[in-house]
Amino acid sequence: MSLDEATVARIARLARIEVEDDRLPELARELSNILGWVEQLGEVDTNAVEPLRAVMPIPSRRRADVVTDGDRQADVLANAPASHDGYYVVPRVVE
Amino acid sequence: MTASLTDLTLKDARAKLRAREISSTELTQAYLDAVARYRDWNAFITETPEKALAMADASDRKLAVGEGGPMEGLPIGMKDLFCTAGTRTTAGSHILDGFTPPYESTVSGKLWAAGAVCLGKTNMDEFAMGSSNITSYRGPVASPWTKRAENKPLVPGGSSGGSAAAVAGRLCVAATGTDTGGSIRQPAAFAGICGVKPTYGRCSRFGIVAFASSLDQAGAMARTVEDCAIMLEAMAGFDPHDSTSADLPVPDWTAACAKPVRGLKIGIPKEYRVEGMDPEIDAVWQGGIDWLKAEGCEIKDISLPHTKYALPTYYIIAPAEASSNLARYDGMRYGLRVPGRNLVETYGKTRGEGFGVEVQRRVLIGTYVLSAGYYDAYYLKAQKVRRLISDDFLKAFEDVDLILTPTAPSAAFREGDKMDDPVAMYLNDVFTVPSSLAGLPAMSVPGGLNGDGLPLGLHLIGKPWDEATVFAGAAALERAADFDVVPYGLERAA
Repeated sequence: MSLDEATVARIARLARIEVEDDRLPELARELSNILGWVEQLGEVDTNAVEPLRAVMPIPSRRRADVVTDGDRQADVLANAPASHDGYYVVPRVVE
Repeated sequence: MTASLTDLTLKDARAKLRAREISSTELTQAYLDAVARYRDWNAFITETPEKALAMADASDRKLAVGEGGPMEGLPIGMKDLFCTAGTRTTAGSHILDGFTPPYESTVSGKLWAAGAVCLGKTNMDEFAMGSSNITSYRGPVASPWTKRAENKPLVPGGSSGGSAAAVAGRLCVAATGTDTGGSIRQPAAFAGICGVKPTYGRCSRFGIVAFASSLDQAGAMARTVEDCAIMLEAMAGFDPHDSTSADLPVPDWTAACAKPVRGLKIGIPKEYRVEGMDPEIDAVWQGGIDWLKAEGCEIKDISLPHTKYALPTYYIIAPAEASSNLARYDGMRYGLRVPGRNLVETYGKTRGEGFGVEVQRRVLIGTYVLSAGYYDAYYLKAQKVRRLISDDFLKAFEDVDLILTPTAPSAAFREGDKMDDPVAMYLNDVFTVPSSLAGLPAMSVPGGLNGDGLPLGLHLIGKPWDEATVFAGAAALERAADFDVVPYGLERAA
């Protein structure tokens, strides 16, 4: 699989990473190399194979649906790049 | 002449602390002096000397009345991937600038509760993505090792490179690491120390900055096998805050180190004898086989047929999970924010400036393999091959108790080597990634030196939840190898 620059630009937009145009050719080459290399997995017959999602068979646990933590507004906001009056301050979302 | 305090093993330091022959304050000060002296290695991102001395003082008070936990008064390095309440945590990234966690990771919290003293946060590849510590935003780490004949800096391995350099260079008695595809074992091999990754689920992932959640495990790095066992016992255990944490008792791994290995069956996988393998790596491997045979182990040839697909499988699954995990760094709630004209541009600029090139590469690959139309061809396919890789191991373990391989395909290299081609760098983890994909416990111990005088590692892989046999085998290798070479960088400076 070879990725062209337009595809790399589209992935970068999806990943919300600003990539300058002059970096696209090199990224396209590097990502194409990596994808070309992983494509050898196509040789493996996996038709009857269940995907492995949880590597150790640890059963999911249930717990009571109760509040166990909270009331920590100051802790939560302590690392905010910008906050005001108990809220995060973010750029305008709706123009 | 008495040996320097910083040369003591964890076990010996603990005995002397308990016997009140030394104080934690003395020991901690000796390590703080060493950290300051070798600051140019860049092994620590954040030093915490005041916290260390306060913790040492508290330990001394407990030790004075015969109290204290299993790590009481022992100064350690904490990889900067573990959230530490009140102490800056960077994950080696620019995007976590200014982040001071308001909470403690479970594993670091357990170590402090066991009495360990925090010397600081160790350097690492950005978000644990790398095999040489060169992707850290805080700069590369120089290994205390150089080739015997030349004084040129070498990489310590990665991603737990700062921890490896600090342990090998006597800047701490032990350090935590995390291992996603080999990030404890490969740097341990490069630095001539021991490093253990337990079974997936043994150590809680709560509070560890996430890279690839189905693979990430914390583990211990120290100068002896038994030191690793003591430390891992303090780190492991059930945690309801991690849904993949195993509700199992923590065995006595320290005792397991003294267990005889006679009669154990050791598998030697033919697929690890890769084409073009460095003959020195092969020789160390053969040395390990001979040592275990001499200890009464039975050596068996085994086959793990899907080994060659492990790295490509890993380089789909790990970036896919990373792209999802790293979506949280949006510049809104913590860390770096680079303002743009609107919200989307702010996201893009924050992540464009905040992530380094290797992290961007992996997030982009991950985004691609998870994107509409490609998910089945890449991600689902990789999960299926992962099943085959795991099944290979489970089948092999019907006939053997442990699997012995080399840890890494080369010794430590120079910064700048293997840099041009990402795939060439990924090959560093060729021997460690398969067991990571299978979630198995594994450990690297020093096996000897190559012709340049650099350490090479031997790698033991165990059955699920059977760290005890890994420790027994690793201790046997350690006794046979009798590896006592001190890094030359340390000697020269001393």
